[in-house]
Amino acid sequence: MDAPVVAKDIKRTDLLQMYYYLRLTRTLEDRITALYRQGKIVGGVYTSNGMEAISVGYASALERDDIIAPFHRDMGAFLIRGITPGEVIAQYLGKRTGPTKGKDGNVHIGDLKRGVIGFVSHLADNLPVATGAALAFKLRGESRVVITNTGDGGTSRGDFHEAMNFAAVRKLPVVFFCNNNQYAYSTPLQLQMAIRDVADRAKAYGMPSEIVDGNDVAAVYLSAQRAIRKARAGDGPTFIECKTMRMHGHSEHDSAKYVPRELLEEWKKKDPIVKAELTLTQLGYANEATFREIEERAKKEVEAGVEFAEQSPLPEGPEALEGVFADEHEVKP
Amino acid sequence: MTTTAVGREVTYLEAISEALDEEMSRDERVFLMGEDIGPYGGAFRITEGFQKKYGEWRVLDTPLAESGFVGAAIGAAMMGMRPVVEMQFADFISCAFDQITEVAAKNHYRWGAAVPMVIRAPFGGGVHGGPFHSECPEGWFFHSPGLKLVAPSTPYDAKGLLKAAIRDPNPVIYFEHKFLYRRIKAVLPTEDYIVPIGKAEVKRGGTDISVITYGAMVHLALEAAEALMKEGISLEVVDLRTLMPLDKETVFESVRKTSKAIMLHEDNKTGGIGAEIAAQLAEECFDSLDGPILRIAAPDTPVPFSTPLEEYFLPKVSDIVNAARKLAAY
Ligand SMILES: Cc1ncc(C[n+]2csc(CCOP(=O)(O)OP(=O)(O)O)c2C)c(N)n1
Repeated sequence: MDAPVVAKDIKRTDLLQMYYYLRLTRTLEDRITALYRQGKIVGGVYTSNGMEAISVGYASALERDDIIAPFHRDMGAFLIRGITPGEVIAQYLGKRTGPTKGKDGNVHIGDLKRGVIGFVSHLADNLPVATGAALAFKLRGESRVVITNTGDGGTSRGDFHEAMNFAAVRKLPVVFFCNNNQYAYSTPLQLQMAIRDVADRAKAYGMPSEIVDGNDVAAVYLSAQRAIRKARAGDGPTFIECKTMRMHGHSEHDSAKYVPRELLEEWKKKDPIVKAELTLTQLGYANEATFREIEERAKKEVEAGVEFAEQSPLPEGPEALEGVFADEHEVKP
Repeated sequence: MTTTAVGREVTYLEAISEALDEEMSRDERVFLMGEDIGPYGGAFRITEGFQKKYGEWRVLDTPLAESGFVGAAIGAAMMGMRPVVEMQFADFISCAFDQITEVAAKNHYRWGAAVPMVIRAPFGGGVHGGPFHSECPEGWFFHSPGLKLVAPSTPYDAKGLLKAAIRDPNPVIYFEHKFLYRRIKAVLPTEDYIVPIGKAEVKRGGTDISVITYGAMVHLALEAAEALMKEGISLEVVDLRTLMPLDKETVFESVRKTSKAIMLHEDNKTGGIGAEIAAQLAEECFDSLDGPILRIAAPDTPVPFSTPLEEYFLPKVSDIVNAARKLAAY
């Protein structure tokens, strides 16, 4: 199916909003990469370059009360949940104004008030956690849903399988996304698993699955919508494999020489931003002027974020001792 | 402890059941998860009849996947529920180690998300369980900031600490000793009470030597104290009850008074909780000490199965008596 044919089911304003978030994500991550190259960021930088459509697509399909448990290439989802570029950069710089107040770095961003479960480095750990959040909704008879995401590599861990199985057995309102970008660090898919489609894993749990073009934000959005609708109706979880390609190194220190250049060239043509522009143009929803205006808006926001983050204070050393235990008033009502 | 109203005499195991039942009635956020806890009532029958009373979802039988269901409990807790997870045996907690130490323990510190959940871990030897059904895994978690650990030794504490654990806004691992399940009984108050987390208790006052211990070993220490009284050696038995956060005040106060200390636990000796307390005593109470700090603990081996091997492995009353005689000579 051609992208515009599918995308015509999406409102113009929604599609334009997604385009804006694709741009904001790309601009923000490019800026973070630049800060890293200038030596201003210590630690790792993980981008979703070339894969922005996945988290922008799924997060756009959620309601305010829903919850996400993202992985390390879901910047678009953070932004859509209301984490600002300034907060993200402050987090990268270890500033007190970052969502973890300097306790944790990079994309380890969590804030329950904005429906974001904080990412844990240990890949797939948050899949059972997402399942448990969905269990809470089911226990209380709420119609909220949870979306979680993992890489192809993360699906090899036991926690992925334990979460998928439990969610399917109890028909929990959770949607499992998989960002299949062909590599896990340097490990190609064929050394990760003996199947070609990660979606095949879902069959073992009796869980329905879909395979979508992960570079097409409209396709991702619509598949998320279908799965969310099903989950809200009490019909259980869905697994959605998004085919895509990691266009940067695993993190910014990694030149990714192990990825064939031709493969990258081929995927460059399928860039999600270019694809979204094509869709919007073909549907008559926007033109070049709109795109440039949105691009400028994104740049301004990111620059304001850099300024905010750079001017923010660093935490004081002894703050390291705070917050090991929670107080009763911090428990979610 | 004071008993204001006369209740029924209950075992340690029944005290645990009562705490769960009362907390589930009191607070609808409380629910149970684990293997075979539903119609079957759990491997030790702690939740017998619970599913009939509270339904299939609040007494939730899970697939055999400790990491998966502990992770799910964390997620539910962050959404405002109060899950109580049952490990069929404490030994299997190793399968959920990652979720407990990396997710539950660190979430509040990292990004401010409280994780109010309890993991019940039936632990300890003396029940012919062998290497995989007798472990004392508390040492692993003692070293993970963000977790609270409790280990009751009496029915009163078992009930009061479990209630306190369920009401605590943090992840709490509740180590219940299998050997004590049906061996000790007590009459409990009929009204609601808790035993606060973080408070040790002097289970027997004494003047010569402090024995710092917890769990089933408390009863060995009390037996030894009785025997030594005849020799004119007076033991004070301090039951930690909470392992993390440690009640240093009560421990230090006891040792400053008696000037001698024995650490007693069923966990392996090296790197055990006794080692940490000994170090703290050396740092904080050195001036009060009149003798070496001694440790009585299981040797550094897995828990062996065969009766003579396990008997050799577990600390005995005679070990305490001998250590106390040695210390008394200083
Ligand atoms: C349990 C665990 N093992 C190893 C790592 C180190 N690591 C970080 S990302 C990564 C590769 C992840 O691959 P994948 O899940 O496919 O996601 P991608 O980065 O390709 O998006 C590895 C090995 C980790 N974070 N967690």
